[in-house]
Amino acid sequence: MKFLTTNFVKCAVKSCNASTESFPLKYTECELAQEEQEYNPEFLCHMLERLDWDAVVKVAKDLGNDQLPPNKPTELDPIMEDDQLILKDLHALLIETQILEGKMTCNNCGHIYYIKNSVPNFLLPPHLC
Amino acid sequence: MSRPEQLAPPEVFYNDTESFKYTSSTRVQHIQAKMTLRALELLNLESDTPHFILDLGCGSGLSGEILTEEGYNWVGMDISPNMLATGLDREVEGDLFLSDLGNGVPFRAGTFDAAISISAIQWLCNADSSNVDPKKRLLTFFNTLYASLKRGGKFVAQFYPMNDAQTESILDAAKVAGFGGGLIIDDPESKRHKKFYLVLTAGQSERTI
Ligand SMILES: [Zn+2]
Repeated sequence: MKFLTTNFVKCAVKSCNASTESFPLKYTECELAQEEQEYNPEFLCHMLERLDWDAVVKVAKDLGNDQLPPNKPTELDPIMEDDQLILKDLHALLIETQILEGKMTCNNCGHIYYIKNSVPNFLLPPHLC
Repeated sequence: MSRPEQLAPPEVFYNDTESFKYTSSTRVQHIQAKMTLRALELLNLESDTPHFILDLGCGSGLSGEILTEEGYNWVGMDISPNMLATGLDREVEGDLFLSDLGNGVPFRAGTFDAAISISAIQWLCNADSSNVDPKKRLLTFFNTLYASLKRGGKFVAQFYPMNDAQTESILDAAKVAGFGGGLIIDDPESKRHKKFYLVLTAGQSERTI
Protein backbone atom coordinates (compact mmCIF):
# COMPACT_ATOMS: atom_id res chain seq x y z
CA MET A 1 0.00 0.00 0.00
CA LYS A 2 1.30 3.40 -0.96
CA PHE A 3 1.83 6.07 1.70
CA LEU A 4 -0.66 8.21 -0.25
CA THR A 5 -3.46 5.77 0.57
CA THR A 6 -2.94 6.23 4.33
CA ASN A 7 -4.27 9.75 3.80
CA PHE A 8 -7.65 8.43 2.69
CA VAL A 9 -8.36 5.11 4.37
CA LYS A 10 -10.28 5.14 7.62
CA CYS A 11 -11.83 2.65 10.01
CA ALA A 12 -14.59 0.57 8.35
CA VAL A 13 -16.56 -0.09 11.54
CA LYS A 14 -19.95 1.57 11.18
CA SER A 15 -20.02 3.12 14.65
CA CYS A 16 -16.71 4.87 13.84
CA ASN A 17 -18.19 6.61 10.81
CA ALA A 18 -19.08 9.79 12.65
CA SER A 19 -15.94 9.86 14.79
CA THR A 20 -13.06 12.18 13.95
CA GLU A 21 -10.76 9.66 15.68
CA SER A 22 -11.23 6.99 13.01
CA PHE A 23 -8.85 8.84 10.65
CA PRO A 24 -5.94 8.61 10.22
CA LEU A 25 -5.33 5.10 11.47
CA LYS A 26 -2.30 4.52 13.69
CA TYR A 27 0.53 2.68 11.95
CA THR A 28 2.76 0.32 13.93
CA GLU A 29 5.23 -2.49 13.28
CA CYS A 30 5.43 -1.49 9.64
CA GLU A 31 7.88 -2.81 7.12
CA LEU A 32 8.53 -0.27 4.37
CA ALA A 33 10.05 -0.34 0.91
CA GLN A 34 10.93 2.34 -1.62
CA GLU A 35 9.66 1.27 -5.02
CA GLU A 36 10.44 3.27 -8.11
CA GLN A 37 7.30 4.68 -9.70
CA GLU A 38 6.65 6.89 -12.68
CA TYR A 39 6.88 10.59 -11.69
CA ASN A 40 3.57 12.29 -12.36
CA PRO A 41 3.65 15.89 -11.07
CA GLU A 42 0.16 16.68 -12.40
CA PHE A 43 -1.34 13.84 -10.38
CA LEU A 44 0.60 14.95 -7.28
CA CYS A 45 -0.70 18.51 -7.58
CA HIS A 46 -4.21 17.13 -8.12
CA MET A 47 -4.01 15.01 -4.96
CA LEU A 48 -2.23 17.68 -2.91
CA GLU A 49 -5.43 19.72 -2.84
CA ARG A 50 -7.33 16.98 -1.05
CA LEU A 51 -4.51 15.82 1.23
CA ASP A 52 -5.04 16.18 4.96
CA TRP A 53 -1.56 17.45 5.79
CA ASP A 54 -1.86 16.93 9.55
CA ALA A 55 -2.58 13.27 8.79
CA VAL A 56 0.43 13.10 6.44
CA VAL A 57 2.67 14.43 9.22
CA LYS A 58 1.12 12.10 11.81
CA VAL A 59 1.47 8.93 9.71
CA ALA A 60 5.01 9.87 8.60
CA LYS A 61 5.87 10.13 12.29
CA ASP A 62 4.31 6.70 12.96
CA LEU A 63 6.58 5.37 10.24
CA GLY A 64 9.70 7.02 11.64
CA ASN A 65 9.94 10.26 9.66
CA ASP A 66 9.54 13.41 11.77
CA GLN A 67 11.20 15.74 9.26
CA LEU A 68 8.10 16.89 7.39
CA PRO A 69 7.20 20.59 7.32
CA PRO A 70 4.20 21.39 9.58
CA ASN A 71 2.31 23.12 6.76
CA LYS A 72 1.11 21.76 3.45
CA PRO A 73 3.09 22.99 0.46
CA THR A 74 0.63 24.89 -1.70
CA GLU A 75 0.33 26.24 -5.21
CA LEU A 76 3.12 24.12 -6.57
CA ASP A 77 3.88 24.54 -10.24
CA PRO A 78 5.60 21.61 -11.97
CA ILE A 79 7.38 24.09 -14.24
CA MET A 80 9.16 25.98 -11.43
CA GLU A 81 12.48 24.48 -10.42
CA ASP A 82 12.07 25.07 -6.68
CA ASP A 83 8.62 23.54 -6.77
CA GLN A 84 9.97 20.56 -8.66
CA LEU A 85 12.27 19.71 -5.76
CA ILE A 86 9.30 19.67 -3.40
CA LEU A 87 7.24 17.63 -5.85
CA LYS A 88 10.04 15.08 -6.20
CA ASP A 89 10.16 14.76 -2.40
CA LEU A 90 6.39 14.35 -2.28
CA HIS A 91 6.61 11.73 -5.02
CA ALA A 92 9.21 9.75 -3.03
CA LEU A 93 7.09 9.98 0.12
CA LEU A 94 3.54 9.56 -1.16
CA ILE A 95 3.91 7.36 -4.23
CA GLU A 96 7.16 5.43 -3.83
CA THR A 97 6.94 4.61 -0.13
CA GLN A 98 5.15 1.28 0.20
CA ILE A 99 3.94 -0.33 3.40
CA LEU A 100 4.55 -4.04 2.89
CA GLU A 101 3.60 -5.34 6.30
CA GLY A 102 2.18 -3.75 9.41
CA LYS A 103 -0.72 -2.91 11.64
CA MET A 104 -3.25 -0.09 11.36
CA THR A 105 -5.22 0.65 14.51
CA CYS A 106 -8.35 2.74 14.80
CA ASN A 107 -7.95 5.41 17.48
CA ASN A 108 -11.68 5.30 18.16
CA CYS A 109 -12.63 1.62 18.50
CA GLY A 110 -9.18 0.05 18.72
CA HIS A 111 -9.79 -2.39 15.87
CA ILE A 112 -6.55 -3.55 14.25
CA TYR A 113 -6.28 -3.95 10.47
CA TYR A 114 -3.33 -5.95 9.22
CA ILE A 115 -1.30 -5.27 6.10
CA LYS A 116 0.16 -8.40 4.57
CA ASN A 117 2.02 -8.56 1.28
CA SER A 118 1.17 -4.85 0.93
CA VAL A 119 -2.57 -5.67 0.94
CA PRO A 120 -4.57 -4.23 3.87
CA ASN A 121 -7.21 -6.59 5.21
CA PHE A 122 -10.49 -4.76 5.81
CA LEU A 123 -12.68 -7.82 6.25
CA LEU A 124 -14.63 -7.30 9.46
CA PRO A 125 -15.73 -9.94 11.94
CA PRO A 126 -19.57 -10.30 11.89
CA HIS A 127 -20.10 -8.47 15.20
CA LEU A 128 -18.49 -5.30 13.76
CA CYS A 129 -20.44 -5.24 10.46
CA MET B 1 -27.00 -22.29 -16.61
CA SER B 2 -25.67 -21.94 -13.09
CA ARG B 3 -24.34 -18.58 -12.05
CA PRO B 4 -21.24 -18.38 -9.83
CA GLU B 5 -22.97 -16.29 -7.18
CA GLN B 6 -25.62 -18.99 -6.76
CA LEU B 7 -23.04 -21.69 -6.09
CA ALA B 8 -21.11 -20.03 -3.29
CA PRO B 9 -20.01 -16.63 -1.97
CA PRO B 10 -17.36 -14.91 -4.14
CA GLU B 11 -14.47 -15.52 -1.76
CA VAL B 12 -15.24 -19.24 -1.96
CA PHE B 13 -16.00 -19.34 -5.65
CA TYR B 14 -12.87 -17.51 -6.73
CA ASN B 15 -10.49 -19.88 -5.01
CA ASP B 16 -7.00 -20.42 -6.32
CA THR B 17 -7.92 -22.61 -9.27
CA GLU B 18 -10.97 -20.56 -10.22
CA SER B 19 -9.16 -17.22 -10.01
CA PHE B 20 -6.33 -18.56 -12.14
CA LYS B 21 -8.77 -19.97 -14.68
CA TYR B 22 -10.74 -16.76 -14.66
CA THR B 23 -7.77 -14.44 -15.06
CA SER B 24 -5.95 -16.46 -17.69
CA SER B 25 -8.91 -17.11 -19.95
CA THR B 26 -8.40 -14.86 -22.98
CA ARG B 27 -12.13 -14.76 -23.60
CA VAL B 28 -12.77 -13.45 -20.10
CA GLN B 29 -9.92 -10.95 -20.49
CA HIS B 30 -11.35 -9.71 -23.74
CA ILE B 31 -14.86 -9.28 -22.34
CA GLN B 32 -13.58 -7.63 -19.14
CA ALA B 33 -11.46 -5.21 -21.17
CA LYS B 34 -14.36 -4.31 -23.42
CA MET B 35 -16.67 -3.68 -20.48
CA THR B 36 -14.04 -1.62 -18.66
CA LEU B 37 -13.55 0.59 -21.71
CA ARG B 38 -17.30 0.97 -22.05
CA ALA B 39 -17.53 1.90 -18.34
CA LEU B 40 -14.85 4.56 -18.88
CA GLU B 41 -16.72 5.86 -21.89
CA LEU B 42 -19.84 6.20 -19.73
CA LEU B 43 -17.84 7.93 -16.98
CA ASN B 44 -16.87 10.52 -19.57
CA LEU B 45 -14.03 12.03 -17.50
CA GLU B 46 -12.28 15.24 -18.52
CA SER B 47 -9.17 14.20 -20.41
CA ASP B 48 -7.00 17.15 -19.39
CA THR B 49 -6.91 16.52 -15.63
CA PRO B 50 -5.67 13.55 -13.55
CA HIS B 51 -8.19 11.28 -11.83
CA PHE B 52 -8.08 9.07 -8.76
CA ILE B 53 -10.40 6.11 -9.30
CA LEU B 54 -11.85 3.39 -7.08
CA ASP B 55 -12.30 -0.04 -8.69
CA LEU B 56 -14.91 -2.05 -6.75
CA GLY B 57 -14.56 -5.79 -7.04
CA CYS B 58 -11.25 -5.30 -8.84
CA GLY B 59 -10.44 -9.04 -8.86
CA SER B 60 -6.97 -9.71 -10.21
CA GLY B 61 -6.71 -6.23 -11.72
CA LEU B 62 -7.82 -6.83 -15.31
CA SER B 63 -9.85 -3.62 -15.23
CA GLY B 64 -7.12 -1.88 -13.23
CA GLU B 65 -4.55 -2.54 -15.93
CA ILE B 66 -6.79 -0.71 -18.37
CA LEU B 67 -7.17 2.18 -15.91
CA THR B 68 -3.36 2.36 -15.75
CA GLU B 69 -3.06 2.25 -19.55
CA GLU B 70 -5.54 5.11 -19.77
CA GLY B 71 -3.40 7.14 -17.37
CA TYR B 72 -5.53 6.86 -14.23
CA ASN B 73 -4.36 6.18 -10.70
CA TRP B 74 -6.56 3.74 -8.84
CA VAL B 75 -7.30 1.76 -5.70
CA GLY B 76 -8.99 -1.62 -5.98
CA MET B 77 -11.12 -3.58 -3.50
CA ASP B 78 -11.99 -7.26 -3.64
CA ILE B 79 -13.20 -9.96 -1.29
CA SER B 80 -11.17 -12.77 -2.85
CA PRO B 81 -7.61 -13.13 -1.46
CA ASN B 82 -6.73 -15.40 -4.36
CA MET B 83 -7.83 -12.89 -6.96
CA LEU B 84 -5.79 -10.19 -5.20
CA ALA B 85 -2.77 -12.52 -4.98
CA THR B 86 -3.01 -13.02 -8.76
CA GLY B 87 -3.11 -9.22 -9.07
CA LEU B 88 0.04 -8.89 -6.96
CA ASP B 89 1.77 -11.50 -9.13
CA ARG B 90 0.86 -9.47 -12.19
CA GLU B 91 2.31 -6.37 -10.49
CA VAL B 92 -0.67 -4.09 -11.02
CA GLU B 93 -0.09 -0.39 -10.25
CA GLY B 94 -3.06 0.26 -7.96
CA ASP B 95 -3.24 -0.45 -4.24
CA LEU B 96 -5.29 -3.54 -3.47
CA PHE B 97 -7.64 -3.88 -0.50
CA LEU B 98 -9.08 -7.11 0.82
CA SER B 99 -12.61 -6.20 1.81
CA ASP B 100 -16.29 -6.95 1.52
CA LEU B 101 -18.17 -4.28 -0.45
CA GLY B 102 -21.26 -5.02 1.63
CA ASN B 103 -19.44 -3.68 4.70
CA GLY B 104 -18.84 -0.37 3.01
CA VAL B 105 -16.09 1.61 1.36
CA PRO B 106 -13.59 2.67 4.07
CA PHE B 107 -12.36 5.98 2.64
CA ARG B 108 -12.86 9.49 3.89
CA ALA B 109 -15.20 11.97 2.25
CA GLY B 110 -14.31 13.13 -1.24
CA THR B 111 -11.36 10.77 -1.74
CA PHE B 112 -12.12 9.64 -5.30
CA ASP B 113 -12.90 11.47 -8.53
CA ALA B 114 -14.87 8.50 -9.83
CA ALA B 115 -15.54 4.80 -9.30
CA ILE B 116 -16.10 1.80 -11.54
CA SER B 117 -17.14 -1.78 -10.98
CA ILE B 118 -17.07 -4.63 -13.49
CA SER B 119 -19.16 -7.78 -12.93
CA ALA B 120 -19.26 -7.46 -9.14
CA ILE B 121 -22.20 -5.68 -7.54
CA GLN B 122 -24.73 -8.47 -8.22
CA TRP B 123 -22.90 -10.38 -5.47
CA LEU B 124 -24.22 -7.80 -2.98
CA CYS B 125 -27.74 -9.11 -3.51
CA ASN B 126 -26.82 -12.54 -2.14
CA ALA B 127 -27.77 -13.84 1.25
CA ASP B 128 -25.26 -16.61 1.93
CA SER B 129 -26.29 -17.07 5.54
CA SER B 130 -29.36 -16.20 7.58
CA ASN B 131 -27.71 -13.24 9.33
CA VAL B 132 -26.96 -11.51 6.02
CA ASP B 133 -29.40 -8.83 4.93
CA PRO B 134 -28.80 -7.93 1.26
CA LYS B 135 -30.83 -4.74 1.57
CA LYS B 136 -28.70 -3.50 4.43
CA ARG B 137 -25.49 -4.45 2.60
CA LEU B 138 -26.55 -2.64 -0.58
CA LEU B 139 -27.39 0.48 1.39
CA THR B 140 -24.15 0.43 3.37
CA PHE B 141 -22.27 0.02 0.10
CA PHE B 142 -23.99 2.91 -1.69
CA ASN B 143 -23.97 5.23 1.34
CA THR B 144 -20.25 4.87 1.95
CA LEU B 145 -19.44 4.98 -1.76
CA TYR B 146 -21.40 8.20 -2.09
CA ALA B 147 -19.39 9.76 0.73
CA SER B 148 -16.03 8.63 -0.67
CA LEU B 149 -16.69 10.30 -4.04
CA LYS B 150 -16.13 13.99 -4.63
CA ARG B 151 -19.35 15.95 -5.23
CA GLY B 152 -20.45 15.32 -8.77
CA GLY B 153 -18.22 12.22 -8.98
CA LYS B 154 -19.59 9.41 -11.11
CA PHE B 155 -19.92 5.68 -10.55
CA VAL B 156 -20.36 3.30 -13.47
CA ALA B 157 -20.98 -0.37 -12.75
CA GLN B 158 -21.44 -3.18 -15.24
CA PHE B 159 -23.31 -5.99 -13.51
CA TYR B 160 -25.24 -9.19 -14.16
CA PRO B 161 -28.65 -8.92 -12.52
CA MET B 162 -30.35 -12.26 -11.87
CA ASN B 163 -33.80 -10.73 -12.42
CA ASP B 164 -35.68 -7.42 -12.57
CA ALA B 165 -36.25 -7.41 -8.80
CA GLN B 166 -32.49 -7.42 -8.26
CA THR B 167 -32.00 -4.50 -10.62
CA GLU B 168 -34.78 -2.64 -8.79
CA SER B 169 -33.27 -3.20 -5.36
CA ILE B 170 -29.87 -1.97 -6.61
CA LEU B 171 -31.40 1.15 -8.17
CA ASP B 172 -33.48 1.79 -5.02
CA ALA B 173 -30.49 1.58 -2.69
CA ALA B 174 -28.48 3.92 -4.94
CA LYS B 175 -31.30 6.43 -4.93
CA VAL B 176 -31.76 6.28 -1.15
CA ALA B 177 -28.01 6.97 -0.77
CA GLY B 178 -28.44 10.14 -2.83
CA PHE B 179 -27.17 9.08 -6.24
CA GLY B 180 -28.81 10.39 -9.37
CA GLY B 181 -28.81 8.54 -12.68
CA GLY B 182 -30.04 5.18 -13.85
CA LEU B 183 -29.56 2.16 -16.02
CA ILE B 184 -28.11 1.83 -19.51
CA ILE B 185 -28.62 -1.46 -21.35
CA ASP B 186 -26.30 -2.25 -24.26
CA ASP B 187 -27.52 -4.71 -26.90
CA PRO B 188 -30.91 -5.10 -25.19
CA GLU B 189 -32.21 -7.37 -27.96
CA SER B 190 -29.41 -9.90 -27.65
CA LYS B 191 -29.76 -12.49 -24.90
CA ARG B 192 -26.05 -13.30 -25.14
CA HIS B 193 -24.56 -9.84 -25.45
CA LYS B 194 -27.01 -7.80 -23.40
CA LYS B 195 -25.06 -5.77 -20.81
CA PHE B 196 -26.32 -3.75 -17.86
CA TYR B 197 -24.55 -0.58 -16.76
CA LEU B 198 -25.48 1.47 -13.73
CA VAL B 199 -24.53 5.10 -14.41
CA LEU B 200 -24.73 7.24 -11.28
CA THR B 201 -23.67 10.68 -10.10
CA ALA B 202 -22.97 11.59 -6.47
CA GLY B 203 -24.81 14.89 -6.09
CA GLN B 204 -24.51 17.93 -8.28
CA SER B 205 -21.48 18.24 -10.49
CA GLU B 206 -19.55 21.49 -10.61
CA ARG B 207 -18.88 20.65 -14.20
CA THR B 208 -21.49 21.40 -16.81
CA ILE B 209 -21.97 18.63 -19.31
ZN1 LIG C 1 -12.90 2.16 14.49
